[in-house]
Amino acid sequence: MDFYLVQFLSGLAQAATLFLVASGLSIIFGVTRIVNFAHGSFYMLGAYLAWTFVERWGSDVLGFWGGVLLAALLVGALGAVMEVLLLRRLYRSPELFQLLATFGVVLLVQDAAFGVWGPEDLLGRRAPLLKGTVDILGRPFPLYDLVLIALGPAVLGLLWLLFNRTRWGTLVRAATQDREMTAALGVDQARLFTGVLFLGSALAGLGGALQVPREAVNLHMDMAMVVEAFVVVVVGGMGSLPGAFLASLLIGQLQAFGILVFPQITLVLVFLFMAVVLVLRPYGLLGRKEEAPPPAAAAGPPFAPTGRRAGLAALAALAALAAVPLLAGEYALIVLTEVAILALAAASLHLLVGFGGLVSFGHAAYFGLGAYGAALLVKHVAAPMPLALLGAPVLAGAAALIAGWFCVRRSGLYFAMLTLAFAQIAWSITFQWYGVTGGDNGILGVWPPAWAASRAVYYEVTLALVAAALWALRRAAFAPFGYTLRAGRDSPLRAEAVGIDVRRHQWLGFALAGTAAGLAGGLYAFAKGSVFPTLLAVPQSVDALVMVLMGGIQTVAGPVVGAAAFHLLRTTLMASEHWRVILGLVIVALVLLFPQGIAGFARRLWNRGAEA
Amino acid sequence: MSRLVVENLARSFGGVHAVRGVSFRLEAGELLALIGPNGAGKTTCFNLLNGQLRPDSGSIRLDGAELVGLEPSRIWSLGVGRTFQITATFASMTVRENVQMVLLSRHRRLLGLWRPAARQFRDEAQAVLERVGMGGQAERPCGVLAYGDLKRVELAMAIAGAPKLLLMDEPTAGMAPGERQELMALTDSLAHEQGMAVLFTEHDMDVVFGHADRVIVLDRGQLIAEGAPDAVRADPRVQAVYLGNAA
Repeated sequence: MDFYLVQFLSGLAQAATLFLVASGLSIIFGVTRIVNFAHGSFYMLGAYLAWTFVERWGSDVLGFWGGVLLAALLVGALGAVMEVLLLRRLYRSPELFQLLATFGVVLLVQDAAFGVWGPEDLLGRRAPLLKGTVDILGRPFPLYDLVLIALGPAVLGLLWLLFNRTRWGTLVRAATQDREMTAALGVDQARLFTGVLFLGSALAGLGGALQVPREAVNLHMDMAMVVEAFVVVVVGGMGSLPGAFLASLLIGQLQAFGILVFPQITLVLVFLFMAVVLVLRPYGLLGRKEEAPPPAAAAGPPFAPTGRRAGLAALAALAALAAVPLLAGEYALIVLTEVAILALAAASLHLLVGFGGLVSFGHAAYFGLGAYGAALLVKHVAAPMPLALLGAPVLAGAAALIAGWFCVRRSGLYFAMLTLAFAQIAWSITFQWYGVTGGDNGILGVWPPAWAASRAVYYEVTLALVAAALWALRRAAFAPFGYTLRAGRDSPLRAEAVGIDVRRHQWLGFALAGTAAGLAGGLYAFAKGSVFPTLLAVPQSVDALVMVLMGGIQTVAGPVVGAAAFHLLRTTLMASEHWRVILGLVIVALVLLFPQGIAGFARRLWNRGAEA
Repeated sequence: MSRLVVENLARSFGGVHAVRGVSFRLEAGELLALIGPNGAGKTTCFNLLNGQLRPDSGSIRLDGAELVGLEPSRIWSLGVGRTFQITATFASMTVRENVQMVLLSRHRRLLGLWRPAARQFRDEAQAVLERVGMGGQAERPCGVLAYGDLKRVELAMAIAGAPKLLLMDEPTAGMAPGERQELMALTDSLAHEQGMAVLFTEHDMDVVFGHADRVIVLDRGQLIAEGAPDAVRADPRVQAVYLGNAA
């Protein structure tokens, strides 16, 4: 009994932190309708800043709490700066762009934190007067955690007062309900939004700052927290503070007790919970139906019909690529093999994003599951390469069939979050199921057989399979299957009214895209000789989206061009210590300056030339 | 047997009875106009008929088959086509491809993975477009069309499905007067040629009284009059609804 009570209390302490961060995310989303990936980075920054201040002044009570508060305020100011410089230009952009732009900020902050505080975990000073424990039914419990427990409801109360008893809060609530109407009534939107970003980010910073006495500050805090905060906000209902509070409590307890019952799958548990909630209560526990869910990706102009000339050009490019081993060395072949594989992965994602309007934030899961499928077949049943390469798309396709069934039930942002959740589930299975997947150590020794062992031969094998798969994807995209996906994106209403079961079709599209990504993953496993859980992680999914965006969503060649440009850029930058900054800036620049991507830009130049 | 039999249809939103106790019949080849002031429940009626909304109670039978509870895509495949008050087309496709989508759906070819969609049912789609006077614009993207032309594409998409019952929500709104008469005359002849039943809502009384075989009048969710156009026009209750009690 006593043991369960302590477990319950530590669940509450965890819930308090979760609520602080998630409430900020929820407030920002409610008003700006932007899902702010950088929110986790603000949490991390809050922790780092507080660590510095507390190291300097934290020996007495005033110094400690003053440092925590100062960290939160500084982070809030940074959030306001991000609103002015970046978000303000994106309010009318498709969600994909907003998500990517804020992910660019994640990379910038990571690199800055790395530069200032270094790669080591930092252990902070404990809070003065709160260092000890209290006995609860004979078991020790940290005093500091009791303070956290009290803080959760206190912040909820203060926020309630702010939103219900002040003019500013009323305006924020009005903007949450109807942005256009609030603007039409003459409210200064720019200032309101900057203020909201300040408040939301400061809450994230406070959440982070309060962690200093509890756990080591490190560079991985950002993604871990933002993903959990997403779950809380989605479970509670987007934009609902009481919902976020309730969801924090539930998820805090789920984590506290889940670790006792299912220590192997604690990570899965949370995402499974979210998936179940979303299927049962589509708008979260306390959320309300959105009047008009914003489109995930713009419909845009029709795809230019590619004529005979484009086909010939593609064939010529393929022939030239096949001839590369005659000239190039080992290293170039390795890079080109990876480019080919990533091109297939990006093209499979493009089928969803570009044709179906379905922005998946977890596409790496199917790439990674393909890689694991191949590696497991090699390791456990000593399968020959062809069989392993067949198994890869089968496993990934089957997983996509299961996850897709849930994901396509929701559209827009909720779809993106569900795909993210399933990718996290897949990731945690590879990470935690040590006996089968080797956990963090991955699976090593997945090399091609003797006949394909040379770089040149494996390159040709990859090129042939990727070219065939790309051609098949292209055929499917222009066959009725792809047109039907587009129809469901352009106008679900009309599609249903001419007999198209949009959801079922999107489900099949999701499975097809997953299958193709799985083949790419299988090829990748043999190219690298090993697989690791990071293949399925969120940054990989975002990389794939960046490739698609870089190439251009509205062109068929886009993903291939984008994968090549992205990978070559990354390979060149890897040597640089600051590749994250550069990648982050590239993402932001793409979103703000070249939303049509490289291939789209080229096509526009071409068309302009043709008209002249 | 009547083509469409609607009995005691009701649907409320919160405390508002958008539609209550609505019953009517529609015969094959007949044009029935559903009129009523703004907010009378016309669009709700349409959304109930094609399955976009579920009624709280009541029954909708098409050639004897119950439609209540079916998904919109299923209701379409049983023979109910519709046009929307705010046009809904596939903006990233050409006009002809829009019609081809309907034909692909009707012939159950939506899962095809190999043959290009743009080459299937091309002539049939072109023929339908010629019929509504859009043959010359078949290659244009739907996203750039004038409003009146979009309305005609919607009609083409609806009839490409060879429906037994065609629902048209404000088919001529936003069109020039000449265009209106033309579109309705076309609908008229299609209905009578193919034995298609047409239910339409319309604000333009010239269109209603010029083309409807019969008129039903909806006010605050309830049917208040039914009959031949001239009889309905003379009905004092209808006049009261449209002109206020002072008239």
